[in-house]
Amino acid sequence: MIKRNQLILGDKSMKNITEDIVAPVESFPGRGWSAMFLGANGLFIFYITVVGIVIAYGMGLLGVTHPTAWGTMIVTFVFWIGIGHAGTLISAILFLFRQKWRTSVARTAEAMTVFAVMTAGIFPLIHTGRPWLDYWLFPYPNQRGPLWVNFRSPLLWDVFAVSTYATVSIVFWYIGLVPDFATIRDRAKDRIRRVIYGALSLGWRGTARNWSHYEMLYLLLAGLSTPLVLSVHTIVSFDFAVSQLPGWHTTIFPPYFVAGAIFSGFGMVVTLMTLVRIGFPQFKDYITIDHMEVMNKIIMATGLMVGYAYGSEFFIAWYSGNEYERFTFINRALGPYAWSYWVMICCNVLIPQVFWFKKFRRSIPVMFTVSIFVNIGMWFERFVITVTSLARDFLPANWGMYQWSFYDAGVLVGSFGMFLTLFLLYLRLFPAISIAEIKPVMNVGKEGSHHG
Amino acid sequence: MAKYKSGLAGIFLDEHKLVKAVAQVRENGFVKFDAISPFPVHGMEEAHGIRRSWIPYVTFIAGLVGLTSGLLLTWWTSAVDWPLNVGGKPFFSLPAFIPVMFELTILFAALSSVGALFYACGIPRIDPPIIDPDLTSHKFAIFIPSDDQNYDEKKIETLLRSLGATEVRKAQH
Repeated sequence: MIKRNQLILGDKSMKNITEDIVAPVESFPGRGWSAMFLGANGLFIFYITVVGIVIAYGMGLLGVTHPTAWGTMIVTFVFWIGIGHAGTLISAILFLFRQKWRTSVARTAEAMTVFAVMTAGIFPLIHTGRPWLDYWLFPYPNQRGPLWVNFRSPLLWDVFAVSTYATVSIVFWYIGLVPDFATIRDRAKDRIRRVIYGALSLGWRGTARNWSHYEMLYLLLAGLSTPLVLSVHTIVSFDFAVSQLPGWHTTIFPPYFVAGAIFSGFGMVVTLMTLVRIGFPQFKDYITIDHMEVMNKIIMATGLMVGYAYGSEFFIAWYSGNEYERFTFINRALGPYAWSYWVMICCNVLIPQVFWFKKFRRSIPVMFTVSIFVNIGMWFERFVITVTSLARDFLPANWGMYQWSFYDAGVLVGSFGMFLTLFLLYLRLFPAISIAEIKPVMNVGKEGSHHG
Repeated sequence: MAKYKSGLAGIFLDEHKLVKAVAQVRENGFVKFDAISPFPVHGMEEAHGIRRSWIPYVTFIAGLVGLTSGLLLTWWTSAVDWPLNVGGKPFFSLPAFIPVMFELTILFAALSSVGALFYACGIPRIDPPIIDPDLTSHKFAIFIPSDDQNYDEKKIETLLRSLGATEVRKAQH
């Protein structure tokens, strides 16, 4: 029989597990966390300033011009939404497939989803140009007729998809947190903590009847989130695919975008998990090298899928016989934006190939570096799709480059400040590994246990 | 606190003992008892005699309601209340309405299921009495309320101790 590696190292008792996981919540932050938090906070304040200026003076501060009217805002929106998808994949899809290893990383991956979707959601709202009128996006009885939204538009589908995704992800995450909040409440020594976590725990008591309903609900939410997450990036890809533009108008987009989303999301999960392991050494027993290796395998597999999609796009562009389609793809690889295309190919297709070697799959410095390249590459993938297609369409008279400005860089870099601020706060305020979910799998792979 | 029942609670240190004890307590004729654990225990439903949760029915009906609302919303606004010709497409362009209908199905189903959990578990509940703070970490308990059949403190205490309870105490739950 093939021996299964232990999911949790160090032969811990249930009490040890509770103490290990709750430790960051119950202790005062150290110097490392504080330094990172101040840095992230500074970046967040910079972001707020840049966004404030863009809202005050208008979208013209960014590089959007005729004909490239979609730029950093849309590129970065798709980038962040995509990152969110890995969290839902880990928490919902791997749950349905009964992948026990997911338990150690699910909570933090879901937190990443929630924060990534929050970060992403801001971009299209600003991109509308008049964000104070964004409530017009929702169909509500109004005094203008009532004039309703256009339900035939993919942009409107996006409003429904992203807002549903954000709501369901937050609810799924919160439901998972409820029993763990009860644990913190019961351990609390001081009144303030007991009141706050008591309120967050909703008065959870953990009777067998409650657990029975709870497990059923968790399964249902996983089952609902799975088609939801696939639908979200499908609909995001419709924003492009439903238009007539060469390079956008392709049927491969929905699966291609979903694979890319999972790829980029796992890149971000590995980036964050390596940092969490450094910041909280006790988590190394829960998020083991085995966990990291499995995620690196997923990065490589989805990276190959994305590489296949790049190749398939090129083949179809040639095979279709459509001269505009052909031109767009040759222009991507050899035109004025060729550098961004080759950055994308290197980061997404070539660099993840190092994971064919077990030694590299299990090396923290290597996987951290690769995951950073994946993040960069997937941002450039969206840049290539969005900007190169718009910059050179049917008529040469209608060509023009994207006028990258300081504000483009500002919103892109600044959005990491928002994401990291939320993420660092999460690591200190919420239990970063599910206490209730990890205990049932604590004996997996242990000697002399019949669960292995 | 009239909302909460008083009774006897036996504390266990091992989940396997808890499952066996729960089956025994049930065989002794108790109906209203509760087993409390820090995580869902394998095999508990069978030992406890808990039927399959009814929440999926709520999910299904709420999903249907969401789907229908999505259809009615898109149809009524686009084809009835103010029909607008967009690119020559039909006023009632069903394929284009599917994404919105799908998203509303998921949204209604998910939120209603969470509502159903809140109802089923009686949460949110403000500051419920806690039998032992370790019950959300590494200990387990069986609580038998005083209004259960054949409630006799002495007998219950001997029963729980014989089943492996390390401690039996009066408690509210």
